[in-house]
Amino acid sequence: MAERRLHNLAFLWINSWRMLWRDWRANELGILALGLVIAVTSITAVGFFTDRIERGLQEQSAELLGGDLVIKSRNAAVLRYVDAVKESPLDVATTTQFRSVVLGEAQPHLVEVKAVSKNYPLRGTLRISETPFAGDTPTRAIPAPGDIWVDARLLYLLNTEVGQTVSLGEKRFTLRKILRYEPDRAGDLFSMAPRVLMNRDDLAATGLLGQGSRVTYRVLIAGAPESVEAYRSTLKGTLQPGEQIQSVEEGRPELGTALERARQFLGLAALISVLLAGVAIATVAYRFTRRHLDTSAMLRCLGTTQTVIIRLFTLEMLWLALLASTLGCLLGLLTQQVIAQLLDQLLLVRLPAPSARPLLLGYATGIVLLLGFAMPPLLALRRVPPLRVLRKDIATPPVSNSLLYLAVLLCMALLLYWQIGNVRLVSLVLAGMLGTLALLAVVAYGMIRLLNRLRTRVGMAWRFGLSNLSRRPVTSMIQVVAFGLGLMVLLLLSTVRSDLLANWQNSLPPDAPNHFVINVQPDQVDGIRQFFSQLGVENSRLYPMVRARLVEINGEPARADDYEDDRARRMITREFNLSWAEVMQQDNTLIEGRWWTQEDHGKPLLSLEAGLAETLGLAVGDVVSFNINGTVTDFTVRNLRSVEWDSFNINFFTVVPPGVLEQWPANWLTSVYLESEQRRHLAELVRTYPNVTLIDVETLMQRVRQIMDRVSLAVEFIFLFTILAGLAVLYAAIQANQDERRFENAVLRTLGAKKQTLLLGLVAEFVLLGALAGLLAGLSATSLAWLLAERVFEFDYQFDPGVILLGLVSGIVIVTIAGVLGTRRVLTHPPMETLREGAG
Amino acid sequence: MNESSSRVFVEARHLGKQVHTRDGVLTLLHDINFGVEAGTSLAILGASGSGKTTLLGLLAGLDLPSEGEVILDGYGLNAFDEDGRAQLRAERVGFVFQNFQLLPGLTAVENVMLPLELARADQPRQMAEEILGRVGLGRRFDHYPNQLSGGEQQRCAIARAFATQPRCLFADEPTGNLDSETGRRIIELLFELNAEQGTTLIMATHDPHLSQLCQQRLYLDAGRLIEPEAIAGHG
Repeated sequence: MAERRLHNLAFLWINSWRMLWRDWRANELGILALGLVIAVTSITAVGFFTDRIERGLQEQSAELLGGDLVIKSRNAAVLRYVDAVKESPLDVATTTQFRSVVLGEAQPHLVEVKAVSKNYPLRGTLRISETPFAGDTPTRAIPAPGDIWVDARLLYLLNTEVGQTVSLGEKRFTLRKILRYEPDRAGDLFSMAPRVLMNRDDLAATGLLGQGSRVTYRVLIAGAPESVEAYRSTLKGTLQPGEQIQSVEEGRPELGTALERARQFLGLAALISVLLAGVAIATVAYRFTRRHLDTSAMLRCLGTTQTVIIRLFTLEMLWLALLASTLGCLLGLLTQQVIAQLLDQLLLVRLPAPSARPLLLGYATGIVLLLGFAMPPLLALRRVPPLRVLRKDIATPPVSNSLLYLAVLLCMALLLYWQIGNVRLVSLVLAGMLGTLALLAVVAYGMIRLLNRLRTRVGMAWRFGLSNLSRRPVTSMIQVVAFGLGLMVLLLLSTVRSDLLANWQNSLPPDAPNHFVINVQPDQVDGIRQFFSQLGVENSRLYPMVRARLVEINGEPARADDYEDDRARRMITREFNLSWAEVMQQDNTLIEGRWWTQEDHGKPLLSLEAGLAETLGLAVGDVVSFNINGTVTDFTVRNLRSVEWDSFNINFFTVVPPGVLEQWPANWLTSVYLESEQRRHLAELVRTYPNVTLIDVETLMQRVRQIMDRVSLAVEFIFLFTILAGLAVLYAAIQANQDERRFENAVLRTLGAKKQTLLLGLVAEFVLLGALAGLLAGLSATSLAWLLAERVFEFDYQFDPGVILLGLVSGIVIVTIAGVLGTRRVLTHPPMETLREGAG
Repeated sequence: MNESSSRVFVEARHLGKQVHTRDGVLTLLHDINFGVEAGTSLAILGASGSGKTTLLGLLAGLDLPSEGEVILDGYGLNAFDEDGRAQLRAERVGFVFQNFQLLPGLTAVENVMLPLELARADQPRQMAEEILGRVGLGRRFDHYPNQLSGGEQQRCAIARAFATQPRCLFADEPTGNLDSETGRRIIELLFELNAEQGTTLIMATHDPHLSQLCQQRLYLDAGRLIEPEAIAGHG
């Protein structure tokens, strides 16, 4: 018995291999394999890449903190822990971080300063170099007093070199080294302004830590795990409000969320390719089935059971899935390397070598995809009646369409669940995808029908192309949607993205402020106002700002845990900036309540930004208590107002009447619009007021754009597979009706058509197909952009016909070249076939 | 074109055709010689596999012979490449097939327009509609082949064949896929149009009755002509 079973098994294995090899030689499996490879490559590329980032962050989690345990605060009082730790066997170091401005020869530049004590970093190693491009070396040292180490980017921005001096605050520093790697910076993922690393002994001399400056202090602690844990347990209860413990175990939750989002987004991007590849696979599976009806009938005649037939074909598909998935995984490995290279300059985390974990996902995708999309039609082979050997016209009971769709839907849901891991989100995404596809399909179908009306008015080649499209409207529709989808995403990411950015910039008034001046001390306000009026800047207004912590709402303690909304939780825990003003700012609109009058000055009233009020569930009349420098004061909400945040004017969530906050140390700030001529004098401002931080919006925007460009380039690379999958659908459809095409071309040749005429017909067909796909892509990308602009970002979208034109042209070029390449073999098909078919 | 040879419209000279198979060389046609005068009709008879279709294909220039030559309207087909032969066909030749071979994506009128457009006729649609009316499909211009009956499809195919007023018409078992009554009507139509336009008709068939309607008959057996029987034509 066992021997017989073994024999059967050997029979299945050997014969399924043989079938695979034969079908491969007969060119039956090319598209199936192509679809699989594309799907597996895109999914593993994303898998490998996100896995590397995740593991990178995980492995370096201690490095990312700079120690095993970190106590962080915005208040210098946290440094008291240094002395306490010094008495224990633990190592300790401190960092002090803030933004400031470095002044070189001419232009001042915004930098992120970090002043470190000796021993820093306690975990991980700094890497430095002498010149921007030289090889870097690890160091245990920190900058000597009087020296700074900086990002290579800063040298470029300041147009200076190592060995030169620059001013930071009231002190001059020598640019001593290029800082190449900083372990505890990697957790930021991207850096906005260049880093300046200095010795903390120089801090006082810079005069930058004035009252109210926005500074983050960290005490880094490291040592044997038990000692760290023991110390950690003594900390409970000693922490002051605003002091926060970070440790390796807790990681950085905000980073986790960002990563999870990125992983889901890229995973979904890859899934679109998988879906399209599935469509290609399903399309050719039908043809594969048709062509294997005779084989199955013959096997049945020879006494093979239905079960064995199904096992044979299933095993054949399984071999194919394994082989194609292996190739896909290899290509995925190469692709993730490209993505990593694209983001290399931006990512601050060191990526470890790829692990084997994503391979599982790759193989699973390949197998699920092939079995899910190709098996339903293949199941029909089981039911081939043996009589077909004698009579070819005996039809096989067709596989029901609903079964096919159900199988496809289930596979998609399964793959989605794998990527997202949340049933609700899966159903949402699935519904969204199906809805989008249905909408695109309806539009594509309508366009095909509409185009068909032109048939009576065009020449032969075009009519031929049109008739080929409209004869198989569903196939054409699938091709248009499949290709259009890939093109749409790429258009959105490339052209439309920059369009949106340009549109938004255009929506700003031309004199929108382009510089922020912050950290102004009360005694500097008049001087700075005077400085700007001398420069010719009119009405420069400086705003005071006092730090406060929200402690109670209507007498109840305000706790982050009481809110579900992420934003509300953040708002509760962060510090508020309270400002005061006599009149409401011009670009604000009063929504509820009324602004204060002269009599109200000196009363603890509060004007709230409407969005914040909604997030925290506050209404006019509520009482909000703030802790300002240790004193708790109750404020009554007097009014709600809306704010145009993107005006670049200074605005506050919370404003109170004059005469309430003046007793507290305030920090002033302003925003101004400066012509390029006026900017030259900024160096003067920094020289006179070294503690002031100057933010150049344009430079910042440039950096944002640079990061966006790089990131979207990487995402576009993922979506390139969507285009490839769209092409696979195109080829699948071409292969599915290859026989018809061959016959038609033979008839045309018989009737006297030259090769060129046939070629023109093919070109016409694919030009039309490409044009439809391109048009669909352009239209939907533009509509989405409009929707995003009007509804999400709330500015007027300038319609850009260039996007539609670009979609149209690229659709035509890509589809025509690919289509003609895929079909040119039918051109050489001998016309004798027309007679042979009838020769019976 | 040479005047003296214009009376013979199609001529086979020592025509032979071999194909190479895995088992060696297979001879499909062997030393075929005959001529068909312009305006007359010829039936090629023979059993299945006798080489009728191969011969028809060679005569129409759909394929090239391994030996010998076909002279069509004075042109030796061996001298032309595939495109050149296509051009000759577009200008001179019409086809009627057993399986009709209408293009499924085109309507009746569009199918008939095809050869007219290939021959660069001035008003292809009008001409196509005219001839479709002539074959009795005046009300079915915009029907697709799958919306037509077998007989109607063959009428449409005949309309397509005669649309360009070809000098020569090749028909391959034109009634093979039709019931006898429909077949009879189709043959009537075919010969009617043939007489009207003075077309040279060459037809492959295994139907002896049909062959009796032709002025000349050739019998093929395993690729060889047997007892070539010439009937005195009227020319």
